[in-house]
Amino acid sequence: MIKFEGLTKQFGSQIVLDNLNLEIPSGQTTGIVGPNGSGKTTTIKHLLGLVKPDDGAIYINEKKLNGHWDYRKEIGYMPQVARYPENMKVRELIDFIKEIRKNQVAIEQPLIDYFGLRAELGKRLRNLSGGTRQKVGAVIAMMFNPSILILDEPTAGLDPQASYKLKQMIRREKKKGKTILLTTHIMSEIEELADHLIFIVEGHLRYNGPMNAFLEQQHEQRLEGAVAKMMEEVA
Amino acid sequence: MKTFAILKYQWKDLLRDKWVIGYGLVYLLLTDALIRFGGSGPKALISIANIMLLFIPLVSMLYGALFLYQNKEFVELLLAQPLDRKSLYWGLFGGVAVPLSLAFLIGTGLPMIYTGMFTAGEVSSVFVILSIGLILTLLFTSLGFVIGLKFFNDKIKGLGFALVSWLILGVLYDGLVLMVVYLFGNYPLEKPILMLSMLNPIDLARILVLLKFNISALMGYTGAVFNRFFGSNMGVLISGSCLFLWILIPLWRGVTLFSKKDF
Repeated sequence: MIKFEGLTKQFGSQIVLDNLNLEIPSGQTTGIVGPNGSGKTTTIKHLLGLVKPDDGAIYINEKKLNGHWDYRKEIGYMPQVARYPENMKVRELIDFIKEIRKNQVAIEQPLIDYFGLRAELGKRLRNLSGGTRQKVGAVIAMMFNPSILILDEPTAGLDPQASYKLKQMIRREKKKGKTILLTTHIMSEIEELADHLIFIVEGHLRYNGPMNAFLEQQHEQRLEGAVAKMMEEVA
Repeated sequence: MKTFAILKYQWKDLLRDKWVIGYGLVYLLLTDALIRFGGSGPKALISIANIMLLFIPLVSMLYGALFLYQNKEFVELLLAQPLDRKSLYWGLFGGVAVPLSLAFLIGTGLPMIYTGMFTAGEVSSVFVILSIGLILTLLFTSLGFVIGLKFFNDKIKGLGFALVSWLILGVLYDGLVLMVVYLFGNYPLEKPILMLSMLNPIDLARILVLLKFNISALMGYTGAVFNRFFGSNMGVLISGSCLFLWILIPLWRGVTLFSKKDF
């Protein structure tokens, strides 16, 4: 289980996260939603150790992340923007990440086949389309079989087929007992994939619980409507 | 170990970028031409030094900053890997600084070797010139990194800041010193001027070159003061060690900034 305790972060005079208390259940897919600039990405970056909290703490399975970096072995991260050094070939990039995580077992071949990247391995990253780079990002995130998967807008820029495949993959990973954290602006995607919903507005937690309960609470059939309704309530 | 993996990867990436090779070639052509026209004596070395004093800071600083901007997303992805930030920083920094240094050393050194400069009596001068170039490359690449990290999300601001810093340190500084001298000519100025020249690494490097070649006529105001105050040998020693101390500041600043930064 991932736990945020009293997480507070300020960038300059702007308070991005304000005393955020949050629990993300293990073995489930959790969707984080909220308007632009609400603190979703900052929350994820805290978990990855890219941003350090002003106050509060984060625990993964009861263990506090106290500026350590070892815990990231358990995390696979697929960033929103997939940009890599342009002159490198796909194969070389994958090998490089493998070398950095040397003491972990990497199973990349099935993933490469799954996303149809076999023919792209020898190409330079500069010559790949945005969607293909995104797929490379997915392979890198999943190849170490991490117990926590963090996906930041994973399907943005993917064509329908690739997007479908990625979603299938996310479901499969969940069945294997992985904890998956997902942000996206496409509400139907969260509806499809997530069991648990976190709703953040301006650094405050508005909702944290099972998705079905949220729909019932808002008296809506669809998530989009329920979220829009809640945003209006806040404003 | 992990630093080495990053270094290896980056060197490969940079070499394919042909850019660094071009940078080395520029030095090769310039040095070759200068030696051809000026003979293999100190004259050619001084010309090389003059070009290098202007050129290295500009290129290293801009490239250092630009590298971070170009690889922003990739740096973030690496930060999310099980890796401590210090190893990552030295990997990234060495990945840029080492190829730039090598391009300079090979580009300048090669013509010196095949024209026989190393075997003539110029070895110590050649050594001084190459060391200064190396120090300036390391120093200004890490300054570029510091600037890139300070303005990580604002490329225009960062590059503008780097350009203006270069303009002030490399071009305007001596003029500013002269202005101070002109304005306060009635006061004893030796010590303040010495302080001022120690604050600017490019000035220090220039003084070092001029003291080494003993050309007081070309020394400029700060150089002349340096020479009179310390004498030639002492001056070389002091300006050299100041320059060395100067490298440590941006190196240390860069790694602490990188370790603490929110990305």
